[in-house]
Amino acid sequence: MAERNMSLTKVAMPEQAPDVRNKNFDEVALGYTEEMAMEEAKRCLNCKNSPCVNGCPVNVPIPEFIQKVAEGDFDGAYQTITRENALPAICGRVCPQENQCEGKCVRGIKGESVGIGRLERFVADHHMAKNEEVQPITEKNGKKVAVVGCGPAGITCAGELIKKGYDVTVFEALHKAGGVLSYGIPEFRLPKALVAKEIETVEKLGVKIEKNVIVGRSITIDELMEEGYGAVFVGTGAGLPRFLNIPGENLLGVYSANEFLTRVNLMKGYKFPETPTPVKVGKKVAVVGAGNVAMDAARTAKRLGAEEVYIVYRRSEEEAPARLEELHHAKEEGIIFKFLNNPCAVIGDENGWVKGLEIVKQELGEPDASGRRSPRPVEGSNYLLDVESVIIAIGQSPNPLIRQTTPGLDVEKWGGIIVEEDTMKTSKDGVYAGGDTVTGAATVILAMGAGKKAAKAIDEFLQNK
Amino acid sequence: MYEIMSKETLNEAVELMEIHAPYVARKCEAGQFIIIRVDEEGERVPLTIADYDREKETVQIIYQVVGHSTQLLSKLKVGDSVEDFVGPLGKPAPLHKCDHVIGVAGGVGAAPLYPQLRKLHEMGVKVDVIIGGRSAEFVILEEKFKEFCDHVYITTDDGSKGTKGFVTTVLADLIEKGEKFDEVIAIGPLIMMKNVVNVTKPLNIPTSVSLNPIMIDGTGMCGGCRVTVGGETKFACVDGPDFDGFEVDFDECMKRQGLFKAEERLEQERDHQCKIGRG
Repeated sequence: MAERNMSLTKVAMPEQAPDVRNKNFDEVALGYTEEMAMEEAKRCLNCKNSPCVNGCPVNVPIPEFIQKVAEGDFDGAYQTITRENALPAICGRVCPQENQCEGKCVRGIKGESVGIGRLERFVADHHMAKNEEVQPITEKNGKKVAVVGCGPAGITCAGELIKKGYDVTVFEALHKAGGVLSYGIPEFRLPKALVAKEIETVEKLGVKIEKNVIVGRSITIDELMEEGYGAVFVGTGAGLPRFLNIPGENLLGVYSANEFLTRVNLMKGYKFPETPTPVKVGKKVAVVGAGNVAMDAARTAKRLGAEEVYIVYRRSEEEAPARLEELHHAKEEGIIFKFLNNPCAVIGDENGWVKGLEIVKQELGEPDASGRRSPRPVEGSNYLLDVESVIIAIGQSPNPLIRQTTPGLDVEKWGGIIVEEDTMKTSKDGVYAGGDTVTGAATVILAMGAGKKAAKAIDEFLQNK
Repeated sequence: MYEIMSKETLNEAVELMEIHAPYVARKCEAGQFIIIRVDEEGERVPLTIADYDREKETVQIIYQVVGHSTQLLSKLKVGDSVEDFVGPLGKPAPLHKCDHVIGVAGGVGAAPLYPQLRKLHEMGVKVDVIIGGRSAEFVILEEKFKEFCDHVYITTDDGSKGTKGFVTTVLADLIEKGEKFDEVIAIGPLIMMKNVVNVTKPLNIPTSVSLNPIMIDGTGMCGGCRVTVGGETKFACVDGPDFDGFEVDFDECMKRQGLFKAEERLEQERDHQCKIGRG
């Protein structure tokens, strides 16, 4: 047994310096070296009851893989992780570990938890660098499953089912696979080459991906079933942006975070005019909201050359839903936080362009239904924040297309598809759903967990059919 | 990849292409649109469907060669392919049975108007059309409309064909002469649609317009195409593209259309320089 590392802090992650990285789109965190990974792995106590695993939505055998890293058996560690998680390079980067595995880590009681996310990332990157040939699954059971949406839920579900011998076709509405991993999360946090590689792996296993097919418009779920798909998994995400419904929201220079990030990530707008899709933010930008998407938008705006980028959030920092690391990185990069500030109007100039955001300051009152102390306006505290563009990042709802075109599919009032929690089965026979389209905007890992659960249930359903 | 099956030049600035796109061709209805991406690095360009053939699984698009992407598209030949072609997007046009409908088209607006009027004709509605263009050569699809329209009126800005003046002048004249229209469908530049509504709204003749704002995905995801209709924000891509003309805030639409004017100019200059470079 390797000697234990009792340091109270994680082995530091090498990163690009804040004032360098806020001007480029390269990845911020550079990843551990083999030595760093082994040293960090030695901080794991290998607890018998492994509370960390209970915190993981896909039950990665965390202590087991970390012991392998400590011993320098990186390939073994990779095999251990991928028994339960098909996309470790992605999860290692974007999971909110502090609320999941790391939040339950015993080392976190006194000092910092083990850097589980960093180790997962290291193991995945180490494996990916070896470029091993992926063998297609040849043992087939002759049954067809359709997956709607090629985001984290859909890819995971497809990957699980292909391994069980099904013929799996994923239908994607956009011209690129990956869902939010491609259009939403920026390059500097999740390199697109890496996303492409993870998807390629699933394709090599035999999953077919049909792009440019909008289920609900190009073809319906009923038609897919008529075409011989025995089951359908719906993982269409939460793509519909929410707006604030305040005056001036249709002024020029107001974007949804979805539009802004899609222009930059999917359409590579940051290279305009080398690429044909433009994006512009001006010198002063306000981003409304304090979740991961808001941090992504703010940090992207900074990289596009904005000098002053504000996060405007009606609650306090404590309630901000973003991952701690994202808040931390955003601060380091010079994003200016305006907590307890609620926008009440976007102000435009005579040509219809944004020239400011009117804000009313807030104070915290009693806890609301979500358990968070609800903000209330401080009378007479209104002021004008001088900005040229406003990016709204206050959440997304599920796209209504599937529910509008699928008779027999029960949905919540707010649009989420209703499923049985254990199986992800919907009210419609043979149709399963998971990810943001069920939960509303959540995390990549929860979507993956749902895709995995659904794959298991679909397998049982089709076995008995 | 989506193969170009035929290509036709309608005038110096407008071309027609028939593209093999089975998913779109099987399902599309009058009023819906597609998004095309010419090459791997291309932008997503929304274009209204001009016609379709369910058996041949082809879709016709008609486009004006104005910007970077339509210039790239224009360079392609029959047998070449475009990278992406997705649809049908938007809702089918809300067409209903009545006695008499007149369509009003400005420029390439004639293309999306055509399947709507033909569908109405098939439903037993008497249809007329006013086609407007800058000059004679910018009047498109006249012969195709003649196949089923009772009257085809032409207007040109310079008088080189038909009546000299605007489509609205002809529309107002017809109404004044006592023609009864149950509905007007206007498709063309925003200013034209706004002016048509200025004629029809005081007379309370229901008027449908088709909006084509800036958008990226066309599925409701970006919200870039938001328009104010009846005081409410709508997404043209999923709630439209056809809307009740009386309720549309055209002035806001026109402003939003100019969002990337400066960038478009930059791109044009770049494209121009490229051409010089290739000389």
